[in-house]
Amino acid sequence: MPFKTEPFVLNFGPLHPSTHGVFRMRTTLDGEVVLDIEPVFGYLHRGIEKLAEERTYTGFIPLTDRLDYINSMSNNLAYCLTVEKLMGIKVPERAEYIRVIIAELQRLANHCIAVGSMLNDAGAYYTPFMHAFREREKILDLFEMVSGQRLTYNYMRIGGVSQDIPPEFLPAVKKLVGIFSHFVDEYDVFLKQNEILLARAKGVGILPVDLIINCGISGPVARASGLKRDLRRDDPYSVYDRFEFDIPTCENGDCYDRYRIRIAEMRESLRIIAQAIKEVPSGPVIADVPHLIRPPAGEAYAHIEAPKGELGCYIVSDNSIAPYRLHVRPTSLINLSALRQMVRGWKVADLILIFGSIDITMGEVDR
Amino acid sequence: MIVALAAKDVIAKLTEKFPGALEEAGRDAILVKADSLLEVMTYLKNTPEFDFDFFNFVTAVDYYHYFEVVYHISSVRHNHSIFVKTRCYDRENPSVPSVVSLWQGADFQEREIFDLFGIRFEGHPNLKRIFLWEGFQGYPLRKDFNR
Repeated sequence: MPFKTEPFVLNFGPLHPSTHGVFRMRTTLDGEVVLDIEPVFGYLHRGIEKLAEERTYTGFIPLTDRLDYINSMSNNLAYCLTVEKLMGIKVPERAEYIRVIIAELQRLANHCIAVGSMLNDAGAYYTPFMHAFREREKILDLFEMVSGQRLTYNYMRIGGVSQDIPPEFLPAVKKLVGIFSHFVDEYDVFLKQNEILLARAKGVGILPVDLIINCGISGPVARASGLKRDLRRDDPYSVYDRFEFDIPTCENGDCYDRYRIRIAEMRESLRIIAQAIKEVPSGPVIADVPHLIRPPAGEAYAHIEAPKGELGCYIVSDNSIAPYRLHVRPTSLINLSALRQMVRGWKVADLILIFGSIDITMGEVDR
Repeated sequence: MIVALAAKDVIAKLTEKFPGALEEAGRDAILVKADSLLEVMTYLKNTPEFDFDFFNFVTAVDYYHYFEVVYHISSVRHNHSIFVKTRCYDRENPSVPSVVSLWQGADFQEREIFDLFGIRFEGHPNLKRIFLWEGFQGYPLRKDFNR
């Protein structure tokens, strides 16, 4: 006679090393099999959208750093593009190139963390993670060179960037591109055919394309399932239309593909940077923008392909010095929409890997 | 290139199909009456000509006299997008129909609007506060919220 069993509820997080912050899941388990989960948010809610309503347009830029704190530069960019769209500002060429280089460096840094921590969640404790972090450190050094900061850069400004890049920056980027492509190859050689990674990640947590579209999931997670959607190509902003790059896609949409897609995207980012550093024009780095910005009444939405997906900003202006309403399209929150369907029927250890492969930042989920 | 569909073309189609469902014609967005929101959205999603299958985001704005709920939807196949808006004038008991039955991606975001604006989404499967704790008084993103 079989044992009589019953499902039980396990509280997972908010303080758990694999939740990448303070994320909580109420999991219903049957033994080790996940029957259902209920995500619980809000442990990092700081009310950034409300704070925006009492700050000047420039004064809000430091707060965007705190949204997705791994990709501060991308957040800066999404916000500045929206205000520029609202006011019709033309950004100087040099600033556009600097922005593209910086945004792609930021993507490299993010994918280092994404891949490293995903392998951590797969059980490869800290060796791949530390290798990835070692390389990310070099990118942070470059960001420190331009902005003086290592995490919350506050570098972009409405109409350009806050200060010109130092003369040693571009040679340093060039050197990094060379080192980094070696690193990506080396990293991938060790892991691509790794038996443990294959066994843990192949076929696990498959995300079908129709669910991706229905949920509005974007970024590497969507492209790993074969949805060829990249705003750098589909809706070019800044000067992305001048560079040659491919949009890698995979077809299975499992955890292994979500690992592979990030490695492939790092290579494409390196291609863009290599092209961009050759063409950086001279000139001013910020447009002629008044110190106290008062955009005309109206509303604007601009979006960028941030490392985690479509990051957008929706601003309603009433012609005063502060936004009337500011909404950030939270990539991380939306990418979690399908988590429930992805983890049902998998074991607890797979749940951690599937969650890690989505790559979220709680600062952006809770805002 | 994601093209923002000209609202007036869509509005012309919608007025023909659902007379009386739209409020005054906006310039860059479609302004739908709250009680016909669900049928207009179903039409926009399921008509092959529009095929708005990708749910970008939904948010709300407090304009004192009314709340405006803003939907941004786009189509992967046609690569176009549009803003759809609806208003609720009742400040005591604001409510609009939920679109979770059409797009699963609206689930968390409608909960967020309920949490921060107090707008009820009729038909939402699990409408409760998402960021703030149960028992929190007031709705912080309303303009008259007093700290």
